[in-house]
Amino acid sequence: MASYAVGLVFRGGAELLFDGVKDHHVTLPSQSEPWDMKQLLVWIRGNLLKERPELFVQGDSVRPGILVLINDADWELMGELEYQLQDQDNVVFISTLHGG
Amino acid sequence: MCQVEEEYSGPLEKTSLPTVSKKCMKCKESTAVLIIRVGDAFCRDCFREYFVHKFRAMLGKNRVIFPGEKVLLAVSGGPASSSMLTQVQEGLSRDAPKKLRFAPGIIYIDEGGACDQNAEEREKTLSQMEAIFRKTGFPYHIVSLEQVFSLPNSVLEPVSCGPERPGSSYKAAVDQYLQQKEVNQRQGQLATEEAQDAVAHLSVQASQVSPEHKQALEKLFSSLKTLTARQDMLQTLRQHLILHTARLNGYSKVMMGDSCTRLAIRLLSNISLGRGASLAVDTGFSDPRYGDVVIVRPMRDYSSKEIAFYNRLFGVRSLFISGLGTKTSDKASIQQLTESFVIKLQADFPSTVSTIYRTSEKLHTACPPQTSGAVAADKCLLCLCAVCNKADAASASHASLISERLSRGELGMEAKIDPASCCPSGTLDPFSCQREGQGCGEGGSCTAGRAPAPADLKSLLCYSCRLTVKDMAAEDTLPPYITSEAEKRWNRAQLKEEVREFLLEDEDEEVG
Repeated sequence: MASYAVGLVFRGGAELLFDGVKDHHVTLPSQSEPWDMKQLLVWIRGNLLKERPELFVQGDSVRPGILVLINDADWELMGELEYQLQDQDNVVFISTLHGG
Repeated sequence: MCQVEEEYSGPLEKTSLPTVSKKCMKCKESTAVLIIRVGDAFCRDCFREYFVHKFRAMLGKNRVIFPGEKVLLAVSGGPASSSMLTQVQEGLSRDAPKKLRFAPGIIYIDEGGACDQNAEEREKTLSQMEAIFRKTGFPYHIVSLEQVFSLPNSVLEPVSCGPERPGSSYKAAVDQYLQQKEVNQRQGQLATEEAQDAVAHLSVQASQVSPEHKQALEKLFSSLKTLTARQDMLQTLRQHLILHTARLNGYSKVMMGDSCTRLAIRLLSNISLGRGASLAVDTGFSDPRYGDVVIVRPMRDYSSKEIAFYNRLFGVRSLFISGLGTKTSDKASIQQLTESFVIKLQADFPSTVSTIYRTSEKLHTACPPQTSGAVAADKCLLCLCAVCNKADAASASHASLISERLSRGELGMEAKIDPASCCPSGTLDPFSCQREGQGCGEGGSCTAGRAPAPADLKSLLCYSCRLTVKDMAAEDTLPPYITSEAEKRWNRAQLKEEVREFLLEDEDEEVG
């Protein structure tokens, strides 16, 4: 399977955990099965998150209060963690919390 | 089964979702882009319509903003207030005959001084905010938090409410406004209106922050020991600044961008902070406690999710500005803890926030009606909420005052310290204390001109403001307008105590 390029955007204070960088373009390493959101989160935590992981992820999912949009649509409509990523997808994480 | 991380709603509701795209529940044609509330899916256009309509309906339902009125928009740069700004712009630009005009202005408070931001960050943020404001064309006021140190005492003086404007006169006011507009147009007075608009577009800049004020602010916030107290104090100072700016520039209404989620969190954390008595005004649509300036919250029906989605989908610019609570742990303060509690509960039970919101709508204050010309002692010095002191002999706040006195060994001084809540029929005779007071040490207010004792300020505050001030290491770090107003009220109360015996009995006031 070809590796795919995914755009990640962090807003609403979430960018503070990523050195202030709001837009990231990443290429996910190829693997036999397609990437799903759960794996993406694990990957973000391991490769992009600079500090305080508990402020971004909680268990398998994102911390409550962080909205996730996949291609400008609510991830709840796409299956949340089960959604399988496609090449050139754009995932936006918006924090609605006071404390970033 | 009942694990924190378990996703209840995921597998149960959406077994078919990944393959079948859900249709908008309103138009039933387009693909839905988001889910709000419990399960309502909206497409992009229907969502926009819904969002815009809600704002106008909120203002129309609560007929508090009259046409032509000057309204100050409190914009913090965050998503909710930026969204509110956009809605106001959109609403005013429409030419629908029913759309009414009010004259908006913007206020932005630079809180960098309290949040330890360096000068460079503050400059950058300020210039970004200014660029946003200039695009709107509304007059804007940029105020820095340090300016609390140059506020006049009049900020804290209670002002009686303006004349009541019942619903029927609203309609009359609208008709009159529209008629006047027509007349103006016919007489070609558009030119003057435009000139007035142009003048209004001049922005008002804050003066440079003086280093003494900057230092004083730092001292104030570092003397507060807990984050809870700091956040509470920041909120209070912010309100005072907004109030002062509104009064100075003739604004009779202030619009705050508090969302439904924020207000639900505020409701619960206010209860924990001891502000239960003023819940109705703190979270309701309109907050009339300041008298001449009314605070309204038109965004109170929008959840954070709706606002975030709208901003993202329709390009509303908002800034994230680090605040006191940024990157702190969940348990850093009462406010943070409540936020984390509500948000986490909301994730599993999507009707949490709306339930709290609906409950807040049903709250009303049950304070006895104030006598006309509300006595200053009846309002908390800092938050200006009504403090029902009359029947308070058995209340928790009175008890905590007494125990504080006892623990400091000031047994004999009880009566003098809190004249407002002193029961007239109590066993403590104020005058015996007064007479003995000549030889007393601290706490004695018998000698005029002596610096007020620390307890002094607390007796003028409501329960929760008292808790905040108690958290301060040094009360003299408070801005001068607070300390001098406190002194004034204290002296007045003392004077009243001294002559109380000689006053004719006033049935309304004296009966305990």
